[in-house]
Amino acid sequence: MKVDLRINGVSRTADIEPRKTLLDVLRENFLLNGTHAGCEHGVCGACTVLIDGEPVRSCLMFAVQADGYEITTIEGLAPAPGELSVIQDAFCETHGLQCGYCTPGMILSAHALLQRNVTPTREDIVEAISGNICRCTGYGQIIEAVQFAARLRLANTPRQAAQTDKSVAEAK
Amino acid sequence: MKPAPFDYVRPDSLAEACELLAGDDDARVIAGGQTLVPMLAMRLARPARLIDILRLPELAGIREEKGSVVVGATTRQAQAERDPIIRASVPMLARVLPWVGHPPTRNRGTVGGSIANGDPSAEIPLVAVTLSAEIMLAARTGPTSMPAEEFFIGPMVTSIDQGQCVRAIRFPVWPHRRIGVGFFEVSSRRSDFAFVAAAAQVALDEEGRCLDIALGLGGVADRPLRLDMSSLAGTVVDAASAADAINAACADLDAMSDLHASATYRRRVAGVLCLRALEQARDNAAAKPAKGAR
Ligand code: FES
Ligand code: FES
Repeated sequence: MKVDLRINGVSRTADIEPRKTLLDVLRENFLLNGTHAGCEHGVCGACTVLIDGEPVRSCLMFAVQADGYEITTIEGLAPAPGELSVIQDAFCETHGLQCGYCTPGMILSAHALLQRNVTPTREDIVEAISGNICRCTGYGQIIEAVQFAARLRLANTPRQAAQTDKSVAEAK
Repeated sequence: MKPAPFDYVRPDSLAEACELLAGDDDARVIAGGQTLVPMLAMRLARPARLIDILRLPELAGIREEKGSVVVGATTRQAQAERDPIIRASVPMLARVLPWVGHPPTRNRGTVGGSIANGDPSAEIPLVAVTLSAEIMLAARTGPTSMPAEEFFIGPMVTSIDQGQCVRAIRFPVWPHRRIGVGFFEVSSRRSDFAFVAAAAQVALDEEGRCLDIALGLGGVADRPLRLDMSSLAGTVVDAASAADAINAACADLDAMSDLHASATYRRRVAGVLCLRALEQARDNAAAKPAKGAR
């Protein structure tokens, strides 16, 4: 079956069997191997991608269902090849990863959170990554990484209104 | 963990979907797929054909009708969670939605899908039964509907016939001014299936007497149950009277036993959570002003 997908801002076409999940197609047809295959039945969150900006499990969606959406994978977050997004950088700084298996999913979940909430509380962060399992870090440093990323993003936002200045001060 | 091959069709209208469904015993409906896709991956389900109803316009949207809110079957759980109509008029549904899976599954999972799946521990069926919602169905022979209490029969077994699909759920809106809801759940982790879940809604009059009361229990029996609390109507509900009513209603509760929790545990926790939910609902209602705008 032919399907047209929008992946990281690029239109791509694939001829695939309906039973192939979006996860399989991202990895096998488009070699976007940053989307990790963990449990392949919706438990671990390693396969998280963004669909129209919201995190979903790519193993719980068939690629033939994914036309018409903006799909973002971990490869689509960095501003340019060889660079890191603020959140990716924060994960490095705070040791938010060990083996790295869960990391793309964690970062995409965190990205979706910070797009909608610039000053998340610890509870907001825990809730946002509650669908992502990490077997290494114990989550503490992942939460720190997201908190650090939130601060960095605020600090890097051009100051427009007093409002922003206030929230920067609060975040510090 | 790869599904067996199947055909995939995405009809353009509900009529076409019903037509396809009626003519094919090996077809299954897919919408959000958050339960069906794992079943396919583990090959617990092997339909020959999937009929995708997720984008059908007839099944989308949340609308207010006289005395009720109708939630289209394909409404995403995440969308319902944020919806102002649901928050204002079906507060019990808004209250339980954060307990349904986690954010990524709520972004795809639908309200109608959870109903059709009929998991005895799922929160959305619990709300439907507790509030005496109506399950609206579509089929080639035309639309029908039935009370939620009759819809759920047992674990993952519902009254839905081959050839039918859930169209919408009609939640009644209570007319009273002072309404409060309460909800408690015990599960091994927040997003996991409830061993026991209790949901309550209470409406109070100006003097704090109970005008209407609904209490439901999920995860305990083989389907969500609505408990008879009519003895509390017209009274001022206190801990003792609530406990008496709950004990009476739970007297011959047929609790499930499984790997996670024994029937005895479930029965004991059910009594405690019912009381907490009821008291929370009463207190939330009492916190609303007795006079003035709702
Ligand atoms: S691989 Fe998708 S949730 Fe585990
Ligand atoms: S870093 Fe290894 S699973 Fe999270």
